[in-house]
Amino acid sequence: MPTIETFHMPDAGEGLTEADIVTWRVAPGDTVEVNQPLVEIETAKSLVELPCPFDGVVVRLLAQEGDTVEVGVAIAEFDVDPDGEAPADDAPVAQDAVAAEAVVEESAAPAPAPAPAAAPEAPAAPAPAASSPAASSPAQDGSGAVLVGYGVKAGSAQRRPRRDGALDPIGGADEASEYPVLAKPPVRKLARELGVDLTTVTPSGPGGLVTREDVEQAAQAMSARSLATYAGDDQPWLESGYSKDGGRSTRVPVRSVRKRTAEAMVKSAFTAPHVTVFHTADVTETMHLVARLKADREFQDVRVTPLLIVAKALLLAVRRHPEINASWDDEAQEIVYKHFVNLGIAASTPRGLLVPNIKDAHRLPLHELAAEIGELTALARENRTPPAALSGGTISITNVGPLGIDTGTPILNPGESAILAFGAIREQPWVHEGEIKVRWVTQLALSFDHRLVDGELGARVLADVGRVMSDPSQGLVWG
Amino acid sequence: MEAHGPHTDDDLVTMLTRTGERIPHPDFDRYAEDLDAATLRRMWHDMTVVRAFDNEATSLQRQGELGLWVQSLGQEAAQIGSGHALNGNDFVFPSYREHGVALTRGVDLPEILRIFRGLQHGAWDPEAHRFHLYTLVIGAHSLHATGYAMAMDRDGLVGTGDPARDGAVVCYFGDGATSQGDVSEAMVFAAVHDAPVVFFVQNNQFAISEPVTRQSRVPLAQRGAGFGIPSVRVDGNDVVACYAVTRWALERARSGGGPVLIEAFTYRMGAHTTSDDPTRYRTRADESYWAERDPIARLDTYLSSLGELGDDAREAVAAEVKELGRRTRETVRSWEVPAVGSMFEHVYAEPHATVDAERAWFERYERSFADQGVHA
Repeated sequence: MPTIETFHMPDAGEGLTEADIVTWRVAPGDTVEVNQPLVEIETAKSLVELPCPFDGVVVRLLAQEGDTVEVGVAIAEFDVDPDGEAPADDAPVAQDAVAAEAVVEESAAPAPAPAPAAAPEAPAAPAPAASSPAASSPAQDGSGAVLVGYGVKAGSAQRRPRRDGALDPIGGADEASEYPVLAKPPVRKLARELGVDLTTVTPSGPGGLVTREDVEQAAQAMSARSLATYAGDDQPWLESGYSKDGGRSTRVPVRSVRKRTAEAMVKSAFTAPHVTVFHTADVTETMHLVARLKADREFQDVRVTPLLIVAKALLLAVRRHPEINASWDDEAQEIVYKHFVNLGIAASTPRGLLVPNIKDAHRLPLHELAAEIGELTALARENRTPPAALSGGTISITNVGPLGIDTGTPILNPGESAILAFGAIREQPWVHEGEIKVRWVTQLALSFDHRLVDGELGARVLADVGRVMSDPSQGLVWG
Repeated sequence: MEAHGPHTDDDLVTMLTRTGERIPHPDFDRYAEDLDAATLRRMWHDMTVVRAFDNEATSLQRQGELGLWVQSLGQEAAQIGSGHALNGNDFVFPSYREHGVALTRGVDLPEILRIFRGLQHGAWDPEAHRFHLYTLVIGAHSLHATGYAMAMDRDGLVGTGDPARDGAVVCYFGDGATSQGDVSEAMVFAAVHDAPVVFFVQNNQFAISEPVTRQSRVPLAQRGAGFGIPSVRVDGNDVVACYAVTRWALERARSGGGPVLIEAFTYRMGAHTTSDDPTRYRTRADESYWAERDPIARLDTYLSSLGELGDDAREAVAAEVKELGRRTRETVRSWEVPAVGSMFEHVYAEPHATVDAERAWFERYERSFADQGVHA
């Protein structure tokens, strides 16, 4: 009765992960000697002949010529004791002491993971006792009983299994882990740009590496796509979601931008007492100015919109009332007045709501301001907003007009004291120079932090914005 | 083999031709006088044993038992010849291919494989064997060798005239190492300090795949002149000449005569390592040219022609290498994976806080795996 030894695909070079079987030099049933030619393999580096590791009889070959086999996977079985005595029972014979121990250890664990594909198509075994495919036994996969050491990384793409339980904090795989997520720098950059939290991504690369595809997939799963009204019944409506209540709802884990938006809004709404003031303005002159600038040769390379003028108007108002451009430092019990304006503009992006800001907007001439707004919106639309643009804002604008909305009561961007809502511009009947005329009219709303901004200051700021919008030449006076 | 250019087998010190004929040499014959038939048979034995061991190790690598193996195939004469010229006062700094020299220094050959199985950085006591650990960094040990030689000089172990006391250092490296800055620096220091060090270059003609013709415009031995170091080009496949030339150099160094550069011109008959495929960069014609110059074959022919190598000797060696092969396989497979902390043990001679912290961290890390110990 046989004593079976298994030969695993070795790493014939340094750090190779797989090799192709080119030619078998032996066949099942052959009597073989140590170091006689066994099989010719082709690696990424060269054609290599592997010498036979055992004296005995070839029981079976577990890989076909032409197969690509991962390093560490069993490729042949040998009976190294063909004249030996039968074991007491018919169980597969343990390879050696190490293998036997491995069986004992594994039996205490939950169901063993499926073995790497190896043997299903192997030729029929000569004896029933040897018919248990080597690869299906926990003793023979993974921790390779025979080739202890360098060559036995079974399934090189897999991570070594970690111990269960939280006894050793290093063992935890999640946030608590002191081991960083494995990803190459360009992939980390991509994740940052797409707003993907790498710790939430399931890695598919070798050794638990997060790949570019993993990140892209995670980003796709995150992005809200339109919900089908009567989509496939009990299926979740979003890739990132799962279905509950017998398929009557889709639940999506709160992550990334959505999570940060929620936190920011709650923080802002429940720390800064909000007050909103409203102002309706005749912006016909602004519309004329926009038309003139659009025709201006110097502005051909930028987009001129009413948003540009309202941004400039807000900057002018801040210049007249710098107290509005401030923040409340609760910890220090101080109010911080900013000597600069980082002008935030709320943008709806594929990732969700973002408020990127234009640094030192107060220094920008109108043309540069237009260029900056153009770049900021383009980056947001392409999901490429750099992280630096999302911090350090001092005052913001939310442009709700393009959605056809008159106005709103915006919530402050945390750390800022005022936010201006810019509503839709419509042609409306308006009393102009004593007569009812059709004029371009819009509504402006300013929310502010009532801890440091009194109603009067807020009202003056909003009035100044309205004044410039109604009569842009006022900018000459205040500029 | 091209018959022109600086890197040929012309003008070498040769005492045993490729056809196994012993020819006289005016300068070095007297250093080979003590090579009687028994000693030559011992050299033949050592060369045969180390080649068999080399082949066994190559097989073990192919069977997944070693991460890497570095073959010495074809360089046996250079190593066994020079190794036999050493005495117990001498100290050797090898690179990583000097399995033949290791044998002459009394290292049990299978022990070498601990390094190549990834278990230990070195597996013998360098002081006991007067044989330093293998250095894998190309040429780095030429500086260690020179420093050691300078220290021997300062310790009064050179030039006393007492053969029981005087010693020297031999530093083995390859043609590729001569392109390294370290080797030039070592030669500068060795020359100006008259250090008792013999630089033994086994010019096997390849730095992995880079032929020596692309590394030097002149024969490597000629470089010695620039440093003020006398040099010799010797037939590296001639065990008699390698012995004689090394003996001359060692006697000179031990007596306070200073360094010598020996270029043993040989041929790496195998691959650079088991990760290398030499068929990609050299021709079959080259290989067969050098197969005809096999170092063991020519000594075999010579001893046979003297009637000094009979069937009994051959059978004895055949049985010995078979047993060595079996012992090597079993030894290698039986080795336990050492405790993970052991790799930190010889970083510093004394306890060191940083090393302790790193060891603790690494042990914790290894414990976090369910299969700990298996992949160490």
